[in-house]
Amino acid sequence: MGPGSLRSAAEAGADQLRIGVFVCHCGTNIAGFLDVDAVAREAGASPGVVYSVTTMYACSESGLKEISESIRKHNLNRVVIAACSPRTHEPLFREVCGEAGLNPYLVEMANIRNQCSWVHMDDKERATKKAAALVRMAVAKAARLGPREPIEVDVDRRAVVIGGGIAGMNAALDLGDAGFDTVLIEREPDLGGRLRGLYRLYPSGREAREVLEEFIPRVIEHRHIEVLTATELTGVRGFIGNYVLTVRTGGDERELEAGVIVVASGADVLEPHGLFGYDGERVITQLELARRMSQGSVEAGTIVMIQCVGARLPEREYCSRVCCANAIKNASMLVEEDSGRSVYVLYRDIQGYGTEFEDWFARAREAGVVFARYDPERPPLVDSRGVRIYDLLLGEEVLLPADLIVLSTPMVARPDARSLGQMLRVPVDKDGFFLEAHVKLRPVDFATEGMFLCGAARWPCRISEACAQASAAASRALVPLVNGKVVVEPVVVDIDEAICRGCGLCRDLCRYAAIEMVENERGLAVARVNQVLCKGCGVCAARCPSGAMTLFHFTDEQIRAMLRAARPALLAGARHGDEGGSAGGVR
Amino acid sequence: MREDWEPDIIVFACNWCSYAGADSAGVSRLQYPPSVRLIRTMCSGRVSASLIFEAFRQGADGVLVTGCHIGDCHYVDGNERCQEMMEMTIRLARTAGIDERRLGLEWISAAEAGRFAAVMAEFVERIRDLGPMSREDRSVSSRTPGGVEEAGGARR
Ligand SMILES: Cc1cc2nc3c(=O)[nH]c(=O)nc-3n(C[C@H](O)[C@H](O)[C@H](O)COP(=O)(O)OP(=O)(O)OC[C@H]3O[C@@H](n4cnc5c(N)ncnc54)[C@H](O)[C@@H]3O)c2cc1C
Ligand code: SF4
Ligand code: SF4
Ligand code: SF4
Ligand code: FES
Repeated sequence: MGPGSLRSAAEAGADQLRIGVFVCHCGTNIAGFLDVDAVAREAGASPGVVYSVTTMYACSESGLKEISESIRKHNLNRVVIAACSPRTHEPLFREVCGEAGLNPYLVEMANIRNQCSWVHMDDKERATKKAAALVRMAVAKAARLGPREPIEVDVDRRAVVIGGGIAGMNAALDLGDAGFDTVLIEREPDLGGRLRGLYRLYPSGREAREVLEEFIPRVIEHRHIEVLTATELTGVRGFIGNYVLTVRTGGDERELEAGVIVVASGADVLEPHGLFGYDGERVITQLELARRMSQGSVEAGTIVMIQCVGARLPEREYCSRVCCANAIKNASMLVEEDSGRSVYVLYRDIQGYGTEFEDWFARAREAGVVFARYDPERPPLVDSRGVRIYDLLLGEEVLLPADLIVLSTPMVARPDARSLGQMLRVPVDKDGFFLEAHVKLRPVDFATEGMFLCGAARWPCRISEACAQASAAASRALVPLVNGKVVVEPVVVDIDEAICRGCGLCRDLCRYAAIEMVENERGLAVARVNQVLCKGCGVCAARCPSGAMTLFHFTDEQIRAMLRAARPALLAGARHGDEGGSAGGVR
Repeated sequence: MREDWEPDIIVFACNWCSYAGADSAGVSRLQYPPSVRLIRTMCSGRVSASLIFEAFRQGADGVLVTGCHIGDCHYVDGNERCQEMMEMTIRLARTAGIDERRLGLEWISAAEAGRFAAVMAEFVERIRDLGPMSREDRSVSSRTPGGVEEAGGARR
């Protein structure tokens, strides 16, 4: 059956419902706080349910075996698992049911652990009542699920990497080394990104220039990598396996085709205009300090570094993570270079992490770097004589006569990250950094299939982290490239062209350009969806004025049935608008 | 209000943020009143006015729609579409005589377990104060989108 047809049990008629319900104890996680037997009993009496049991650990090997055996033995054609979250466990249960011969899309979960037993621990009676309701709702939905086939698409076995910093170069090298042609796009005339402006690097102490001299030739000379510098991305269309990117180099426009895209566009550094007397001469940033250090032109006897400038504030809550290590490294080197120098680091908290940090911290203290904590409520004051700081230990204001004041400012999202995100149809977070599909489970994937991210584009990070993420993103991107085919989730919309009025609203609303207006055989405009492009958000279906759209797995019919099942009292009497009556009496 | 009366509340939660927030609230064992029933959608932008009114027709005393914070929607800006839909729904509710305090829209991220529990508790309290929805209000809501008149045309 093709992906386009949406056959629910109710429509199928002949397809008799045989729903199996498995109520999980999760040890005592669920069974300790609600009556699982009562929940299973009540579910057993629901329309369409032919089998209802409890199980100790549904996701354990024996639990899964029990489910697949029951599917065969009782000839189940829908399965409801009342357990934990579909966000973590649905893939597993779908797979097991698939192996047992049941279409994986005929499985529904009721989350009676995270949404019930764990959050209503002191009221067993009401928790049991609620769990029963959640199971009824899942049963009502399951009764209206239809089998689906995953959508399979061919993959163009080429890659594009956006951004030629350390992360992007690394990702391109990994992809190229695996034998896949990769185009690396960099908008600046040269590769290297932020490292072009840095001097000696934390933690190795190596010069950034040396690192780049090692990397850049490998990238440029790689037989599977094409580097396009001074090149801007101007447009992206397509979907996983079949992206088309338009790029402009000088006056030339060109189209690139690729199966996957890796975003490694890095980050900016905050310019602290108006903060602590920043003037670029006597009051400078760490970036300017790096430049002066590389030229050997730091002429100052007393240097004061101020940490967290423009960071960890209400308007920019995050910690930039590299500044503490960077300041400690620079402070140590400045004193080691000239022991006559005094270097102070004024900090809010020292955010050190990683195995090398303590060594650097000890090295700085040994060299004689002075660390002093300041209170963000009473920040240091910069005037013509130096820096005034309220010493928290002494409980009084102290003047540090400084020749040079260095501000540690955070990495910030590039101002055009949002528009790049819009072009790629991927989200950014509230600070403008790119947002991964899942912070723990899918940290280098975008929610959009076939797009990946790494490096400072995602969050302030060190080079080692940028490189680790780049290799992670490359290996994630290699999955579709190696397979040559991808399967996309068939949670997509279906448009009934007989009902569509051709208003075009859905096309305008869709952020994935999945809908186009076409002419039907009677010459009328109707909407047509490309189900490979559709991401299944349902925005179009929620707004279609004629009800022509159905979003598989979240259909109006299914949700209405859940709403009806939410209250037991209303289940019995037939209600107006009850279109799902076929669920009853088919045992 | 009768002390033992428990409101029936439907909460729509988007898969990526608010549903995940509900999961985290569970993991952290944050307690909230058991009167809420969650319905998962992939995005808050999936929720329509007709589903909200259907919830009232089917006995809900309050309907809360939850999604990712503005800017964090996994489908770029489905939550902004949701916000527009809610504004329209509230206008319709007002004309239909439904107290608009029975409708809520909240943004809850996957990390905001505490906020999820707090929002649930607050909304339940608000609906408790309003009391059960009257029969008249429910029947009025059948003249709102997705009700008997309109649904006939849309169904196949
Ligand atoms: C002051 C300072 C000191 C630091 N010191 C250290 C240190 O000592 N040790 C350490 O490990 N880390 C340090 N870091 C962090 C380090 O700079 C980052 O980890 C690293 O630069 C991240 O690399 P990236 O490739 O992700 O991003 P970037 O280096 O920012 O590179 C991104 C590249 O993408 C390009 N680009 C952006 N948008 C587009 C587009 N739309 N199209 C095409 N190209 C685009 C940019 O031009 C740039 O070349 C420091 C950072 C700062 C700010
Ligand atoms: S399926 Fe979920 S609820 Fe059941 S045992 Fe496994 S983790 Fe626990
Ligand atoms: S919104 Fe509905 S009626 Fe309008 S074009 Fe799209 S499918 Fe057709
Ligand atoms: S469900 Fe979302 S992605 Fe799919 S066609 Fe509708 S608006 Fe576009
Ligand atoms: S995915 Fe959460 S609101 Fe769109």
